[in-house]
Amino acid sequence: MSVATVTAGPRRGWRSFATWFGAAIVGIASICALFAPWLVPYDPFAQDLGKRLLVPFWMEGHVPGHVLGTDQLGRDYLSRLIWGCRISMLIGVTVTIVSGLIGITLGVLGGFVGGRVDDAVLFAITTRLSIPVVLVALAVVALLGSSMTLLVLILGLLLWDRFAVVARSTTMQVRHLDFVAAAWCAGCSRFRILVREVLPNIASHLVVVATLEVALAILLEAALSFLGLGVPPPLPSWGLMIAEAKDYMFFSPWVIVIPGVALFVLVLGINLLGDGLRDMFGTRSDP
Amino acid sequence: MSTLLEVDRLEVSFGGRTAAVRGASLAVERGETHCLVGESGCGKSVTALAVMNLLARGARRQAERLAFEGQDLLGLSDSGMARLRGNRMAMIFQEPMTSLNPAYTVGSQMTEVLRRHRGASQRIATDRAADLLARVGITAPGLRLGQFPHQLSGGLRQRVMIAMALMCEPRLLIADEPTTALDVTVQAQILRLLAQLQRDLGLGMLLITHDLGIVARVAHRVSVMYAGEVVESAATAELFARPRHPYTQGLLRCVPVPGRIRRDEPLGSIPGTVPRVMPGFEGCAFRERCDFADETCSGTIPRHAAGPAHEFLCRLPA
Amino acid sequence: MLQFLLRRLTVAVLVAVTVMTLAFVLTRLSGDLAISIAGPNATQADVEVVRKAYGLDRPMVTQFLDWVGRALTGDFGDSYFFKAPVSSLIAERMPVTLTLGLTGLVIALVVSLPLGILAAVRENTALDRVVQLVALIGQAMPSFWLGLLLMITFGLQLGWLPISGTGSWQNYVMPGIVLAFSAIPALTRLTRAGMIQSMGSDYIRTARAKGLSRASILLKHALRNAAIPVVAIAAVQLGFMLGGSIVIEQVFALHGVGFLAWESIGKNDFPVVQAVVLVLAVIYVALTTLADLMNAVLDPRLRGP
Repeated sequence: MSVATVTAGPRRGWRSFATWFGAAIVGIASICALFAPWLVPYDPFAQDLGKRLLVPFWMEGHVPGHVLGTDQLGRDYLSRLIWGCRISMLIGVTVTIVSGLIGITLGVLGGFVGGRVDDAVLFAITTRLSIPVVLVALAVVALLGSSMTLLVLILGLLLWDRFAVVARSTTMQVRHLDFVAAAWCAGCSRFRILVREVLPNIASHLVVVATLEVALAILLEAALSFLGLGVPPPLPSWGLMIAEAKDYMFFSPWVIVIPGVALFVLVLGINLLGDGLRDMFGTRSDP
Repeated sequence: MSTLLEVDRLEVSFGGRTAAVRGASLAVERGETHCLVGESGCGKSVTALAVMNLLARGARRQAERLAFEGQDLLGLSDSGMARLRGNRMAMIFQEPMTSLNPAYTVGSQMTEVLRRHRGASQRIATDRAADLLARVGITAPGLRLGQFPHQLSGGLRQRVMIAMALMCEPRLLIADEPTTALDVTVQAQILRLLAQLQRDLGLGMLLITHDLGIVARVAHRVSVMYAGEVVESAATAELFARPRHPYTQGLLRCVPVPGRIRRDEPLGSIPGTVPRVMPGFEGCAFRERCDFADETCSGTIPRHAAGPAHEFLCRLPA
Repeated sequence: MLQFLLRRLTVAVLVAVTVMTLAFVLTRLSGDLAISIAGPNATQADVEVVRKAYGLDRPMVTQFLDWVGRALTGDFGDSYFFKAPVSSLIAERMPVTLTLGLTGLVIALVVSLPLGILAAVRENTALDRVVQLVALIGQAMPSFWLGLLLMITFGLQLGWLPISGTGSWQNYVMPGIVLAFSAIPALTRLTRAGMIQSMGSDYIRTARAKGLSRASILLKHALRNAAIPVVAIAAVQLGFMLGGSIVIEQVFALHGVGFLAWESIGKNDFPVVQAVVLVLAVIYVALTTLADLMNAVLDPRLRGP
């Protein structure tokens, strides 16, 4: 359903600021993710029970060297946070690739071919939306044992719906445009029309969806890890860090505040960037 | 006859970029039909919306005087204006297909006008609505009241709009191209209906159109608008007989008049289109398309009187 | 209209059957269920006993048809762990989850509708931006983390609200707020977009030309039409909330269906997991069908000529 049209073009004022802010956060997170092994001040897995729950720099009793303090096992919190960023970004991007492949294929197929095929695609989307994501993901991880690969596959298999919806509706729109009709008349093959005419024209919509999906996958991974059935410990997923620190949160709230804020800011940044891209492309067709 | 609606030097601009109306003046007398004619984009509709204070946000409205039944409208508050609208002055629009709310029945949309302005009971309002539907030529009004807009044809919807506008017995009816979106046969019916209602109810009517055929049939008085200005204003017969402004002359040449135009004689046309005028524009806006234009056309243009109640705006002498 | 209903119903049944198949396949992914149920210390003989007792020695197709046949009559078998019928377990826990979901939906609507309307009426002003910012923040907030923060603030530091349990209405306040947060961004944005579109329409110009009051124009004429997509999304969001309540029920120790599923997953109690997945899916399909019906009420054009 297309809701409203916004004129294309660069955003002004606070909107442009918001876009740059989002881009900066995503940029920093990408650097952290790519260069985590060289950026961490300490080994994020090294325990030191003599230095448990050291406080971060803004609190009294802070021990120099551990900027964000240490966790309940004496592991450096900043190092775990940086490593956790690597995990979040990795999951976000790979899940989006898997779900994008599934969703775009289905959506373009339904939108381009129409008829029975489209009915089948719509049915698949309806079925997928009726499946409770968190519950099924938890059950599968519980059955097959937690690992990064499994997590990416299961989330990818569960999160393709928005890609499919947007790819389907935009393909339908593009299919009826004049230049596609012209290509038909010029005798181009179906495949050629798909690749040369349709895909480039729906790409901008899909990029916007992709940003939303990265953010969603990161949030879901954190939730699953928080419930203990996501990324296996001792990997420092932010969700897992919050879960492990939960027992101490009433006395030292910062143990859950730090990874939570990191998660919140990263997701906010990705969403801001996505909104900015949407405005830049002038594509305001909300699914 | 006394003046019902006075508009003096009305100016409307949108965000300082476009001057849609540039000092337009006109007066609608009680019980007469005043036609406002001109090409698309000349500011006719904007003038009407400005009178009703229905302009979109971001539009700026200014005037020397804007008065209805002697009451100043410029200083009137939003709620004061709302009490006049739909009550003493009513308006119908060009798009009957989208001008009714799809979510409510015809009856509900009609009765709420009377309930709002007169505090009438639902029963009285429904009776009045049924009467008016019959009056505008709708059969089985009781049935229509319970129907939704999408169940009616375009012509019926425009009849409903007209009936709705008449709910509170307004003195002024503004009709903004009420027949443009309709089939030709329906156009004639609606037009005949409007003319008849105007006569029977003694309505003052400001009828906006680009169709000179309509003007010739129903108007008492005509104002010709071009690029946000009223360039000529006269009684209908006078205007058709002695058009003075080159633009009016051009417009009249575009219309086939039986008896005056021979078979195979080509119809006239005015080259070019209405320019988009920026604020601060000087001189005659028609000069680019005018056969009589010279350098003085970019200066201040005088307003001439060419007989009783016939005015035009041109450098050419009266 | 009848045709439309029949079509919806067919789709609903098909979705339910598909989800049933998926749920069944899901639980058989791990290989031998009997070994999982018998536990790590079981002998080969114990496993065989379990296999016979649960009918796992029958062919897969028989097991599936048996399960489907029983599920259609509301019989989801017995829980391996609770040693009780799954249907009664779910029925027992459902009120908690439904209360939570509805509380969340009501809070979300109470917040999003006024915010969306305000933002639309004051489009492109500071207020509009603040509303959009609220939506962005809501979208980025991890629900379980928000739950913990609320617990620390209102439960521990201020002592206003209980931090866990299902004793009184106060137990639903914080979880309800957290759940609402997940729906507020979508509902607010949709209300705003719908109102902006509606306010720019011809029939609103007509309403203004009729001299109606501002409240009547906004709330009667504009909102009614803007509400049509909002209703559909609200139903979908309620479905997502019920499905997502597993996280929040765990955080606040609310013993609803999500909590039940969570416990069952940890104990390899597959009849329960299967049934919860199926029940949630059916509820979702029912909600979307209901939303279509409500839209037909709101938008007479959908009811046909």
